[in-house]
Amino acid sequence: MRRAELVTAILLGFLSIYLMWKSGEPPAWNPDVPRFANIGFIDGEGPGSGFWPFWLSAVMLICCIWTGYNWYKRTTPPSKSEEPFLDDYGKKMLFLVGGGLIGFLALIEVIGFYGAMFVFLVYYLLFLGRHSWVKTFSIAISVPVISFFFFDVAMRIVLPKGYLEPLFIPLYDIFL
Amino acid sequence: MEVISALVDGIFVALEPINLGLAIVGVIVGLFVGAMPGLGSVNGVAILLPFTFVIQNLTGTATSPMIFLAAIYYGAMYGGAISSITLGIPGASTAVATTFDGRPLALQGRADRALVTAAVASFVGGTVSNVLFTAFAPPLASVALQFGNPEIFALMLLAFATFVGLGGDDIPKTIFSICFGLVMATVGFDIISGEPRLIFFDITGFTHGIRFLVLAIGVYGIGEMIWTINSSRYKSTMSEVNISFGRIMDSIRAFPEAWKGTAIGSALGFFVGILPAAGATPGSLMSYGVAKMTAKNPEEYGKGAVDGVAAPEAANNSASTGAMLPMMTLGIPGSPTTAVLLAGMVIWGLQPGPLLFSEQPDFVWPLIGSFYISNVVAVLINLAFIPLFLAMLRMPFTILAPLIFVLSVVGTYAAYQNMFDVWLMLWFGFGAFFLRILDYPLAPAVLAIVLGPIAEPTMRQSLLLSDGDFSIFFTRPIAGPITVVAIILILLPLFKLIRDKLRAKPIG
Repeated sequence: MRRAELVTAILLGFLSIYLMWKSGEPPAWNPDVPRFANIGFIDGEGPGSGFWPFWLSAVMLICCIWTGYNWYKRTTPPSKSEEPFLDDYGKKMLFLVGGGLIGFLALIEVIGFYGAMFVFLVYYLLFLGRHSWVKTFSIAISVPVISFFFFDVAMRIVLPKGYLEPLFIPLYDIFL
Repeated sequence: MEVISALVDGIFVALEPINLGLAIVGVIVGLFVGAMPGLGSVNGVAILLPFTFVIQNLTGTATSPMIFLAAIYYGAMYGGAISSITLGIPGASTAVATTFDGRPLALQGRADRALVTAAVASFVGGTVSNVLFTAFAPPLASVALQFGNPEIFALMLLAFATFVGLGGDDIPKTIFSICFGLVMATVGFDIISGEPRLIFFDITGFTHGIRFLVLAIGVYGIGEMIWTINSSRYKSTMSEVNISFGRIMDSIRAFPEAWKGTAIGSALGFFVGILPAAGATPGSLMSYGVAKMTAKNPEEYGKGAVDGVAAPEAANNSASTGAMLPMMTLGIPGSPTTAVLLAGMVIWGLQPGPLLFSEQPDFVWPLIGSFYISNVVAVLINLAFIPLFLAMLRMPFTILAPLIFVLSVVGTYAAYQNMFDVWLMLWFGFGAFFLRILDYPLAPAVLAIVLGPIAEPTMRQSLLLSDGDFSIFFTRPIAGPITVVAIILILLPLFKLIRDKLRAKPIG
């Protein structure tokens, strides 16, 4: 945990510097304006467009240095903690649950929301939850069906269906 | 008199079948999310906010979706007690103090007594705060009508300062979180100069800005859920509860024994709830502390004192209404949940703030009326369905968690209908999980992304007015004192540090 505290503070510090750099960017249509011309006070216009994000990012950087100082002085609980940032269970859980979520979103791009929902629920309930086949499939089928009637039919928000689109055409004919 | 007639009219609108139905459904959802460990009112309203567009489309008003979300907020305050008492795990942070005496009562076989006391105390707390809200909100709104840009910015500063001074979290991390939320709010086009800002890697998805819901659902729907799975490891043990109509009635008859805790919680909760950044969690903890301090037998606290259940439960309901006061009258949310409600109001086309009371009475009064109705609905449903909620608590987290993930993903897509926002929500969720482990508070970031679009223009326009002179925030009669209080709050931790250092030094 102690090492993670420092690494995170350093990473967030770099993020703050990047945000400061990015805030000073001149507008695309006027590249002749020097970088950081917009972070101060512009006559007749008040503070420029980069004023707010630049100085707030600067405060973020100061906070990261402050967190680093607290780490050095061991004054905060994570900087004193001897526990691992993520133990074996945590790493495995993050890999299975987080990986499942990334897979879920990636699948949406291919087989659409309803197909991906079904696959994700089967994966989670059957493999991670170790629930029975009956329970798994009753939930994994009913959730997409209810969602279809709620979103596509009742709300008229058409969720993407990817390559499964042809399967839904008969349903559109009946319900829409 | 005017207030009373407006309130009565509002109650009648809140009693219309559609609104009453939404209040009932909202309360049930709220009781459920409140009772489920790992989920609180903020998760409930953030995940369900996208679905309120349907309600608005169906009813054609912003009142009904707001009644629905407010009912969830209310219900969650009741629901938190159920798991605190039966599982010994607070259903939400607002119910942490309820475990102190609720759990011992359950272990003594008196869970029914604790549950009924919690429900009735919640009802009393909610009712007292509704009356206080009705009395205070209209005059505060009329004062706030005179506010200009410097005053509004000073109020924003105060809201953030309270997080730093009273939040109790690590200070640099809290400030980091606030600034991060404010910077994320600037992504997209600058509304004053029209220039594009922070379009990361020239990805066009960033040109429309980072929407509030993307961050809120990422933090509360994904990040918090993964964190709960990691820390709870899907485990819990539940006490047996013997409950019957007769036992519930006996407990209701015995409720007056808890009058003192209820009174303390109702009053203190409301005023703590008003403070931005404070909200229901510190409100309930403080009420528990005060009830214990003023008790005849403080040694009974922690061993199953009914007052120890009544005080925090009355307080968290009272504080939730209190937190609505600055949100409705000043446009400043008092808690993360009210920040989500505020964002919802903006999405539904309303301008939160003092003008609401004069320009949108058709929205305001039915909503206030619904607070009274939801409170009655919540206590009745809570008492009637305690056995059902106990059964629901037995639902394994391995079923609940994937359902919430699916709801978060679909909800984000339904709100904005593009996959870029869904992916961004997921990355925010993972980031939130890692930061949560390291004690970075994330509620300030959520609050900041809501308030950023108000805070930045008001500050820049104030500085334009004063030709870049920052003294404008100190010299105006209303803005001045607010700014000074905000700065004192920001410096408060520094004063404490110096005091501790001085005390630590040996004298002589």
